[in-house]
Order: sequence, then structure tokens, then C-alpha cells
Amino acid sequence: MPTVTSLDVSAIRKEFPILAQQMHGKPLVYLDNAATSQKPKCVIEALTRFYLMDNANIHRGVHELSERATQSYEAARGKVQRFLNAAKEQEIIFVRGATEGINLVAQTYGRTHVGAGDEVVISALEHHSNIVPWQMLCEEKSAVLRVIPINDRGEVEFDQFEKLLNRRTKLVAVSHVSNALGTINPVRKIINTAHGWNVPVLIDGAQAVSHMRVDVRNLDCDFYVFSGHKVFGPTGIGVLYGKEKLLEGMPPWQGGGDMIRSVTFEKTIYNDLPYKFEAGTPNIAGVIGLGAAIDYLDHIGMDAISAYEDDLLEYGTRALENISGLRLIGTAREKAGVLSFVIDGVHPHDAGTILDLEGIAVRTGHHCAQPVMDRFGVSSTTRASLAFYNTREDIDALVAGIQKVKEVFTV
Amino acid sequence: MINDLYHETILDHSKRPRNFQLLEDANRRAEGYNPLCGDKCKVFLKEHDGVIDKVTFQGAGCAISTASASLMTEALKGKTIGEAETLLAKFHDLLTTDQPLPKDLGKLMVFSGVREFPARVKCATLAWHTLRAALRGAGEAVSSE
Repeated sequence: MPTVTSLDVSAIRKEFPILAQQMHGKPLVYLDNAATSQKPKCVIEALTRFYLMDNANIHRGVHELSERATQSYEAARGKVQRFLNAAKEQEIIFVRGATEGINLVAQTYGRTHVGAGDEVVISALEHHSNIVPWQMLCEEKSAVLRVIPINDRGEVEFDQFEKLLNRRTKLVAVSHVSNALGTINPVRKIINTAHGWNVPVLIDGAQAVSHMRVDVRNLDCDFYVFSGHKVFGPTGIGVLYGKEKLLEGMPPWQGGGDMIRSVTFEKTIYNDLPYKFEAGTPNIAGVIGLGAAIDYLDHIGMDAISAYEDDLLEYGTRALENISGLRLIGTAREKAGVLSFVIDGVHPHDAGTILDLEGIAVRTGHHCAQPVMDRFGVSSTTRASLAFYNTREDIDALVAGIQKVKEVFTV
Repeated sequence: MINDLYHETILDHSKRPRNFQLLEDANRRAEGYNPLCGDKCKVFLKEHDGVIDKVTFQGAGCAISTASASLMTEALKGKTIGEAETLLAKFHDLLTTDQPLPKDLGKLMVFSGVREFPARVKCATLAWHTLRAALRGAGEAVSSE
């Protein structure tokens, strides 16, 4: 079992040059990691090196540069495969981000398997990206979107989930970790139960992969999506994992180059996995940057990261609980990375501005999860979200910043 | 810098907003919404012969948007529709241009600090966008986007 001290955070922070700056004359305290994470030098250097030395299109050139670019691109696919413990490289599809991965599944698997009167199940914790694609599908197909309710702690009500499943259920799509509250969903239990009805499960891992080890074979999920930029990689690159058998049975999504084997005006033969789902020139540099981010995480160790962050979250929870007039929104027993809260008498937007002037970057608003806000009777919250480069000093700065907010508003 | 934005008058009006009620006999009204933060604002006007007799507002929002709506209702009372339109244009310039500050905005000058906070300009203009919709008779909800 790795110990908390196994993470040398001051050394780690040196790998993230952006953190060493002043904001409004105060040291930057970056607590908006659920929106996007910062990038270590090795990721920035991988992008630079690619464009300086290796840039070429992939899968087509006979020349050396193209060969090199193709090798780096495909090597990154292997890194993602190992990162998720997927069975095969061809189960890893590169997309723009988690949002595109979900839309891909909705538009291919969804459109071929969901019909009139069928049901898709999501949870009340979802980000809009795991709500709207299913609403669009259900509207098109006259299907029904069913929602697993959550309790006052922000945990899904598992017994209600069991009751929602029936022979019309065609797909379950839930987040691994809630972006607005930080709740870790019991995804393994959800998957097992859904499989009992032969219903496949998509897991939105956008908020999970940076905090914990993910093993898609152990989870036995059918689809898993995440975004590179939330896991210390570049923006504009993400991953859809799908079980080979399901992916093979799905029609392609976008048509274009690279996704075909042969084209005539009469008929096109589609390419094999994973290329069937990667039409057009992909974000080659983004993929290579994501590969570098995964190498970096491997080097630090996901288990050490989880242990360190659990401790930091607990420290932060205790510190915020002690502030009078502050209410934590989302108090699930299993949480990762998120401290969402409201302060009596202060609108989160005002709190966010004052914290910013103290050098503290947080997110305020509905976090693209308006139904979650409605559930807790608030229009928005202030959200501090953690990464493994954050420290107890960052939490202390947040607490001091909140005291400043209360001072300004005399609450 | 905090005091430039959260001027004493703004804090006062955000905590005790003036004219914060429904106006039963309003003959002009509009509803505004800021999708970025979920702030909502309703503006009610009672206008007679081109003069604003009464103006009130309702809604939920941050300190900047609440104070802006509150101070707006104070500034508008007794103004003609034409004067209200002029005030609206000047207030907008106060927040969104880098021209020297105008001198004739009275109490509304407390919002001059907002121009240094581009992310907050929409908070300060929400009530005013809603006012414009009410003056121009657009009954549907407006957005400050």
C-alpha cells in the first residue's frame, strides 16, 4: 500500500511551470482541475518535439517522417490500452473528448439498438454531456430517458436503479465520478446489475481517470470515455473504449478518409477497428501528448496519486466543514477531487471573483449539471477541485480566501 | 481592487435592494436571464405620457446584478423614456469601453470598477438589458449573452 509520503509534491510542482506564477500579486492556487488540468513539461515538450521533428500525416506516407508519426500515434494507443487495462489496442478509439465519445456511442450503438418505447437510463448526477446526447437520441427514436435519483448526500439511490431496469432498457450511461459533487458512483455494481438484464453500460470517466486507477476489464463496462485535457494531456483529444464485439457490430459514425478499406461510387468497404471510427486526419499531436501524459502518470503511480488525493480531500472537507455559514454540496461517502459549496448570503459568482483576487482559481456556476443544482435547491455553487500537485497549503489559502469573502460581505 | 468592485454602495444595495417587488399596475415589463450564471431578473415599469412613474424589479442574482438592478430603479424614477434610453447607453459605455469615465452618472458611477472585470460585465448589465426589452415592448425573455 503506497503511503501519503510517497508523493514528492514539491518536485512534482516543478514539472508544472504554470503553477509557479502570481495572480493579482498573489501566488496562483489552481483549484479548477475538474474544468481542466495543467500540463507537465513532458507533455508540452512532446507536442513541441512532434511539430519540430516528426510532423507528418499518418497511415499513408511512404516516407520516413510519416512512418515516425504513425509509430508515435499508434504507440500512444498502446499506452491508453494499458492505462485502462483494455484487452486490445483496437478497442481504443481516439475522439475529441468525452463528449464526442458519448455522442459517437449514442449515434451508432444508440441509433441501431434503441427504438420506439425503449428506455435509456442515466443518473441525476450527470454532466450535460451525458444527458443531452441521450435526450436527442430518445427524441429521435420516441424512446424514454429514465433517471436514477440521488439522495441528499449526492449518491445514486441504487435500489431505485434496480427498479428502473426492465426489458425495454437498452442502455445505461452513468458517470464514474460526478463533476459537480465529486461522488464516486458504484459503477461496478451498476454494471453487474445492468448485465443481469443484458443491458450494456457506458461509463463517463472524464472526472475519474485523473484521480484513480481505472480497469475496464475489471469493471466489465461496455464503453468508457474520457478527455485528455482533464488527465494532464492536451485539449482536443479524448478516448472512447468499447468492447471489441460491440464496436464491430456498430455502424461507422463519420465517413471520410482512413475509415475505409475501399471506395467506389457503388459501394464502400469500411476499415477494421479502430480506424472505422477515426475518419479524417486525427489530432496526431494531441494523441502523442496524451501518450506523454500517461507515461508521466505511470511514472508517478496512480495508486500513490489516489492515496495522496484522498488525504488532501479529507483535509479540505474538514477545513471547509469548520467554516460557519458554509454548506458543502455533495457529501457522498465515496468522493474524489471535488469540494463544492455555498456560503450563506454570498452568491457563488461574487465568491469566485474575490477568491480570484486572492490568486485562487475556482469554478463557480452550475458546472454544466443544472439538474444537480436543482436537486439541491441552489442555482450554482463554488467548486474547488483537486489534482495531485495541490497541497494542504492550497487548501489553507482557500480557507483564508473564503474568510476574506465573508469579510467583504460581512456574513 | 476588491473595494473597487465591491463598493460600499453596491454591497448595501445587494443586501437591501430598493424597489424589490412586483408592480401590479405595470404597463411595461420584461424578463432577463444570464445563462452563464443562472441569474434572473424581472423589470416592471409604470409609464404615463412618456414618463416613468414607477419602476421595480424582482429576481435572484449575485451582488453586482442585484445592486445594478436596485440602483437602476432609483435612477429611472421620473425620467422620460428618452432619458432612460440615454442613461442605458451611457451606463453600457461606462462598463464596456476604455474611454474616460463619464461624469454625469451620479450614484451609478460605483459600477466603474466593473470594467476591470470583463467576466462580471454581464452581471451589471442584466437589469439594463431587461429594461431595454421592457421599454421597447419586447415581451419575451432576454438574455445578457
